[in-house]
Amino acid sequence: MSTPDTHTLEKELLEFLEGRTGTAWDADTDLFDAGGLSSLFAMQVVVHLEKTYAIAVRGADLRLDNFRTVRRMAELVARLQAPAGGQHG
Amino acid sequence: MAATVKCLVWDLDDTLWQGTLLEDGEVHLPEEVRKVVIELDSRGILQSVASRNDHEHAWARLEAFGLAEYFVLPEIGWGAKSESVKRIADRLNFALTTIAFVDDRPAERAEVAFHLPEVRCYPAEQVLALTDLAEFTPATSTVDSRRRRQMYQAGFRREAEREAAPGTDEEFLRSLDLRMRIGRATGEELSRVEELTLRTSQMNATGVHYPDAVLRELITDPRHEVLVVTLTDRFGPHGAVGVLLLERHPGLWHLKLLATSCRVVAYGAGATLLNWLADTAARSGVHLVADFRATERNRMMEIAYRFAGFEGLDEAPCPCADVLAPAPEDGGLQRLHLAPGPRVVSTVIDVAAPDLNTPEGGPATP
Repeated sequence: MSTPDTHTLEKELLEFLEGRTGTAWDADTDLFDAGGLSSLFAMQVVVHLEKTYAIAVRGADLRLDNFRTVRRMAELVARLQAPAGGQHG
Repeated sequence: MAATVKCLVWDLDDTLWQGTLLEDGEVHLPEEVRKVVIELDSRGILQSVASRNDHEHAWARLEAFGLAEYFVLPEIGWGAKSESVKRIADRLNFALTTIAFVDDRPAERAEVAFHLPEVRCYPAEQVLALTDLAEFTPATSTVDSRRRRQMYQAGFRREAEREAAPGTDEEFLRSLDLRMRIGRATGEELSRVEELTLRTSQMNATGVHYPDAVLRELITDPRHEVLVVTLTDRFGPHGAVGVLLLERHPGLWHLKLLATSCRVVAYGAGATLLNWLADTAARSGVHLVADFRATERNRMMEIAYRFAGFEGLDEAPCPCADVLAPAPEDGGLQRLHLAPGPRVVSTVIDVAAPDLNTPEGGPATP
C-alpha cells in the first residue's frame, strides 16, 4: 500500500525542481541522463530533502539511483519518514 | 599566539590619509602608509575600508592615490562602523577573530569593540608599526597568498555574474571555462595546501589529518602519490584547492586522504576528482578503497563518494581489500570500495593529470 503522502511529496519536489531549474519536469523523467542535470545538483537535492523533511539519508540509501526521478525521491523520503517502530492506523 | 589577521579594515580620515575629506577638501597620503598597504597586500592580508564619507567622493580620492584596487568590499557611508565591519567579515566568510580595525577615533574603536569584541582594534598611531606585529606576519608566503586579493576580486566578479546568469547552474559552470590541474606535489605546492588547510574549512573526506611533515616525506615514497589540485577559470585562478594521498597495492589503490577547499564545492571539484580517480583506476585495472570518517563538514563529500558509486566494504565486501591493514579501531573510520569502470570525468571541468602508471620523475630505469 502506498503512503498517502507520496503524491503530495512528488508535487512539492516537482515545484522545487522547477523553481531551481526553470524547467517543468515529470515525476518519471530521469533527471540526470535525459534531464541533463549534474550530480552536483543531485547533491544539493539531497541536502534539500534532508532539511525540508527532517530525514537523514545514510549509507546505501545515498546511491544516485534513489535520486534519479522525482518518483524515486518521493519514495525514499516517504520510507525514511515512516516511524521505525512500525506504522499505526 | 594570536591568530593571523586575514582582513584589516581601515578608517580613511586621519588614519589612512591625513586630513578630513569633507572639511578640508584636500587630504594627504603619507608615502609610508602607502607602503604599509602594499606590504600587507603582498603578505596575503586583505584590506577594506569603513569610513564616514560620501562614497563616490572618497573612492575617487583612493583612485587618485592609486590605492583603490587594494581595498575589497569598501564600506563608505554613514552607518555604524561595527555594522560595516560585520558586513565585510560576513561577505568574506571570515571569522571576526581574524578581522582587524584601525581608526584614529577612540569612540569608533570603542563602538566596534563593544559590538564585535572579537575584532582587534588599533589606533592610527600604530599604522606604521602594523607590519612589525606578529599577527600581521603570516607564517608562509606562497604564490596563492601573494595574489590572494586578486583571487578574491575575481571571486566577486564571478559571483556577480553567477547571480545575473540566466539558466541552470550547470550552464553557468560550463561558461566558466573551468580547468583543473592535478599534479604530483612539490614542497612549494604542499605549502600552498598547508596554507589552505590553515585558512579555510576544508572538506576533509577522510576526517583523518595528515600533518604537513608526513605528506612531505611521502612525496618521495614510490608507493605513495601525493597529488595537489589547482583550479582556474576565465575569471582567474582559484589557487590550490585540494590534495590527495594515494597508496598503491597490488590490484588496489588506497585513497588515504582527499581534501578540497569548501570554496570549490559549488563547482563539483570533489565529485570531479573522484570521477577522475575512478576512470584512471579503471584504466589501470585496479579497485579503489577510500578511507572515510564522517565529520560535521564533510557531508557533501560522503554524498560525492556514494554518487560516484562507492559502497561500504561492510555492506559489499571485496577480497581486494585483504591487502590493507585493518582500519584503526578508534571508531568511525569507514572504508568505501569501488570496482571502477571507465567514465566521463566531468561535463563542466577540463581535467589535466599525470599518468599515474608512469613512475614519478619519469620512466623507471632498470
